[in-house]
Amino acid sequence: MTQFLKYVAGIQRRQMLYGTAATLAFLLVSRVVVARQKPVGKAAGGIAHEAGDKVDLVLDINGQERHLSLDGRTSLLDALRDHLDLTGSKKGCDHGQCGACTVHVDGRRVLSCLTLASMASGKKITTIEGLAGPDGGLHPMQAAFIEHDAFQCGYCTPGQIMSAVACVEEGHADDAAEIREYMSGNICRCAAYPNIVAAIEHAKVAMGRA
Amino acid sequence: MQPFAYTRAHSVKEAVEIIHATDKAPGSKAEGDAQTQFIAGGTTLIDLMKLHVVNPARLVDIGSIEAQREWSSVTADKHGLHLGAMASMAAVAEDKDVLRDYPVIAQSLQLAASAQLRNMASLGGNVLQRTRCPYFRDVSFTACNKRNPGSGCDALHGVNRQHAVLGGSDACIATYPGDFAQSLIALDASVHVAGAKGTRTFPFAELHRQPAETPHVETTLRPGELITGFIVPAAPWTRRSAYLKIRDRASYAFALASAAVALDMADGRVRQARIALGGLATVPWRAKDAEASLAGKPLDERSAAEAAEIAFSQANPREYNAFKVKLGKETLTRALLHVATMEI
Repeated sequence: MTQFLKYVAGIQRRQMLYGTAATLAFLLVSRVVVARQKPVGKAAGGIAHEAGDKVDLVLDINGQERHLSLDGRTSLLDALRDHLDLTGSKKGCDHGQCGACTVHVDGRRVLSCLTLASMASGKKITTIEGLAGPDGGLHPMQAAFIEHDAFQCGYCTPGQIMSAVACVEEGHADDAAEIREYMSGNICRCAAYPNIVAAIEHAKVAMGRA
Repeated sequence: MQPFAYTRAHSVKEAVEIIHATDKAPGSKAEGDAQTQFIAGGTTLIDLMKLHVVNPARLVDIGSIEAQREWSSVTADKHGLHLGAMASMAAVAEDKDVLRDYPVIAQSLQLAASAQLRNMASLGGNVLQRTRCPYFRDVSFTACNKRNPGSGCDALHGVNRQHAVLGGSDACIATYPGDFAQSLIALDASVHVAGAKGTRTFPFAELHRQPAETPHVETTLRPGELITGFIVPAAPWTRRSAYLKIRDRASYAFALASAAVALDMADGRVRQARIALGGLATVPWRAKDAEASLAGKPLDERSAAEAAEIAFSQANPREYNAFKVKLGKETLTRALLHVATMEI
């Protein structure tokens, strides 16, 4: 830690000459100060930790600020499941091959197993738990999955639904072939694919995207 | 995953300064050992860190750098196309200028990975994606010259169905896994990089190195250099271009064989052809002799098949991947015939 700070301090001295205020601001923020600032949004730029240290983060999840002190290696998926009791997002392969961990970050579907929690700080995260309305009413995609029996065991379903919502919002649900192509990152071991495609075609109408 | 330090950078300049400083710090290994790694989308790096294949001591997160517009934007003008290194694969695949004037680029991105991965992955990271060779990815195999220089290659006499038939050596036959790089190399793109000592631009074709005796040295990037963008020059063949990808399943799989083809046609004859092959070679593979064989000829089944023969004349298949020679020829032939008759 001290050795690294010494080197960062070296950069700091050099960069003062460039006079770039933004860069300087970052370099003045030490790890300890970051922890106290509970960074969200723009202030999140100062996040840093040393090997083996914990990192203090504030994650914006389903519209709520969640404060965490995590091993720096923690994936966003593990932060959700093991530290915040948001167990809707599922761990399938943990290597970005199955899609069960799909969440939305800044409105785009991504894989939470290949995202470090640190990388997600300052961004808006939506999980399956945040999809229903404030009154608990199901999202049209959730309702359509029930109506069309679009799952058997249900393990891949939260990822399928998060991916399906994004698929429709991206405008990639014009027909069954396009849905299959743009949903190919979500694997269903029960092979409920025909019903998943039917649910998405149905939900896109309710979502006003037909 | 091994513990690592993490720093989020605010600018490209700051990112290369941090990496320069930390890799030279006392106690760090010599420059070039990649003790510090940039992380953008993380889709390759986090995966390989979980597998203990790559174990960086420090990550410099470049994913939140917003200051420089050209860093993540797509701009097209009469000179060509500029692609920022931090533009996502998804954004570029759907860009209107790219779709209209450089369809091979859009298709090579759209046919890669999954929608989630394309949202996460940056263009700069994508071209540096590591091989899917199972002997590289599984540390329980002891012999991998790419992972552990000098240890040998378990793939040479192993299950090498997915391995390269072009550009391999007795030290490594790992396939370069990407798609986008094939469209870049076919269209004579250049790559911009930034380092602690300044910026430089060089042909994309010079970025990747064939394995030869040093499979662990995959690129010509200098230690600490960061890819900041790509330039694709405007040319008469960019609109008449396409990417054909053949794989084990219809979507979300790596190429067994692929072809990036661009043609400049006049009066039913080829003026110039641009051909690159994917899923078949150790690096993004330009087939210049095949291109030359088509110049001045009508593009028909015969000339296309001749070009495909030439493209694979140096192929060196192993026990389980001999099918790739025939598959590669058929893929290229089909791509050439398709591009020749495209409506543009």
